[in-house]
Amino acid sequence: MKMSVVLAGKGPAVFTIGPDQGVREAIQTLAANNIGALIVLDDRRFPTGILSERDIIRECARRDDTLHRSVGEIMTPEVTCGSPEDDVDAVLKTMTTGHFRHLPIVEDGQLVGMVTVGDLVKARMDQLEGAVETLQTQIMDS
Amino acid sequence: MAEPGTRANPLRVAIIGAGPSAFYAADHLLKQEDLNVEIDMFDRLPTPYGLVRAGVAPDHQKIKTVTRAFARTATDPRFRFFGYVEFGRDISLDDIRRYYHQVLFATGAQSDKHMGIPGEGLRGSHPATEFVAWYNGHPDYRDCSFDLSCEQAVIVGVGNVAIDVARILSLTPAELARTDMADHAIAALSASKVRDVYLLGRRGPAQAAFTNPELKELGELAEADVIIRPDEAALDPLSQADLARDGDRALARKVEMIQSYAARPPAGLPRRLHLRFLVSPTELHGDANGHVSSVSLVRNRLTATATGSLVAEPTGETEEIAAGLVLRSVGYRGLPLPGIPFHDRWGVILNAHGRVLDPGTNAPIPGEYVTGWIKRGPTGVIGTNKPDSVETATAMLEDAREGTTFAPGDASCEAIAAFVRGRQPQCVTFDDWRRLDELEVAAGGRAGRPRVKFTSIEDMLRALGR
Repeated sequence: MKMSVVLAGKGPAVFTIGPDQGVREAIQTLAANNIGALIVLDDRRFPTGILSERDIIRECARRDDTLHRSVGEIMTPEVTCGSPEDDVDAVLKTMTTGHFRHLPIVEDGQLVGMVTVGDLVKARMDQLEGAVETLQTQIMDS
Repeated sequence: MAEPGTRANPLRVAIIGAGPSAFYAADHLLKQEDLNVEIDMFDRLPTPYGLVRAGVAPDHQKIKTVTRAFARTATDPRFRFFGYVEFGRDISLDDIRRYYHQVLFATGAQSDKHMGIPGEGLRGSHPATEFVAWYNGHPDYRDCSFDLSCEQAVIVGVGNVAIDVARILSLTPAELARTDMADHAIAALSASKVRDVYLLGRRGPAQAAFTNPELKELGELAEADVIIRPDEAALDPLSQADLARDGDRALARKVEMIQSYAARPPAGLPRRLHLRFLVSPTELHGDANGHVSSVSLVRNRLTATATGSLVAEPTGETEEIAAGLVLRSVGYRGLPLPGIPFHDRWGVILNAHGRVLDPGTNAPIPGEYVTGWIKRGPTGVIGTNKPDSVETATAMLEDAREGTTFAPGDASCEAIAAFVRGRQPQCVTFDDWRRLDELEVAAGGRAGRPRVKFTSIEDMLRALGR
């Protein structure tokens, strides 16, 4: 199963922010949309980092002025990006072993979507459920 | 008016398409106890079941038993089938908005992807999906013809469709005669001169998309040897490391089976099915008549992307295989529907979890939904459509409970049926289909086959006394 399948069923919505925007603004976007991470885009609209709940909590624990800092100061830089052509199984393994939960998807240098570990686990579960459903129908109706 | 979903004011849903995803969604919608739903299912063909009828291989009858569950759904008095009614031709989105609260598009993937290499348009080069529709008696493809006078055929791709096609090309006349394949295809394939079928996989054995039962079946063909080169059956270090790390038993079994075929000496059977890995076609060459005569290949090696996916990279080492028939099986592709937002790149209707999205705002368009291959792309087995359709149906029910639907006029189901008949006087009901089904099965019984299919719409209508 390709990542494009997960993207196609999830839609292209992806929440982004610039590195110079404030952490307070980021928190408001996260809360308003009930999401866990924002993709940080550079001037060319290419992912330059990712800002997750964990980044914010880590920084808040370290210092009191986190809300007044910029996204670029506290984001996780060097974000791993995926492609719609990637295999879901391989990506799921990489995300699990690498301990990251959000993956921006880039196609021809453009951000086209984002998937979470939850999206991939659901896709995998649906795939297994589908296989079981098919076998069950064949057994029950034969 | 009160929100729809009551006995007096049922939630009226139009479903466009009658394949597995359409029926799984209908089943889920009709099961609701607190919401009364009425469903009209439309299909452009007089026959329901989509690719179960026109895609599943004719020698895989057991897989088709899923239609019994679909036929049970169709017995619900709140379900109607309008066959031979095409969205965009006979009925439009405006018509639907006038009569229904919601529409669900389940039109599947009716086209195919291209390889994008020179020579793809030569005579003798076809999409595998066309070949499949032809041998399965799809009315749109019954007049296609495939040159089976050559000795060597190439199939590009190693998914289950590719495997089906390779197997069908390798069946004996006796094996073909036990299937419900269209008569025209049985005649053509029984006279086939094809002796060597090559399946080309871009990546290695561990990345092949076919499933284990299909692979196992290849080894059981009466008159074809499976040939795999030992060097292509061996796993590269990256695939080997992946397999060792995650302990996927089904995948390990697949690789084992491939390696055991590679180790098996050919039994000298009259036909050979060559399973090739780590090769990509780069060009089709033609003869003086513009007919394909050979395929150039490049050998690949695998490299890992940032996310750990293994991708094929050409090595520069090339070869050529003679072939008079080339079938590309590199994927089905969805087609846009008039007035419905389409994501051209992914070949699907733009959606989030089944709600059709406005491409300008990415916000859901009230009343419009999508499921199956036109929602997620062509992937998975028949049953995969069940969770997919349940997801969409759940969104439809949520929205209906919140009153976010079309606002149709108050029409009776009789008025809707009269409207549809006005647009397509020849439309076919589910009872009509049952009659066609009985006739096909009876004809099959006389011939010792599961069924003998009607392959033209005229014949179907004539059989119904039209």
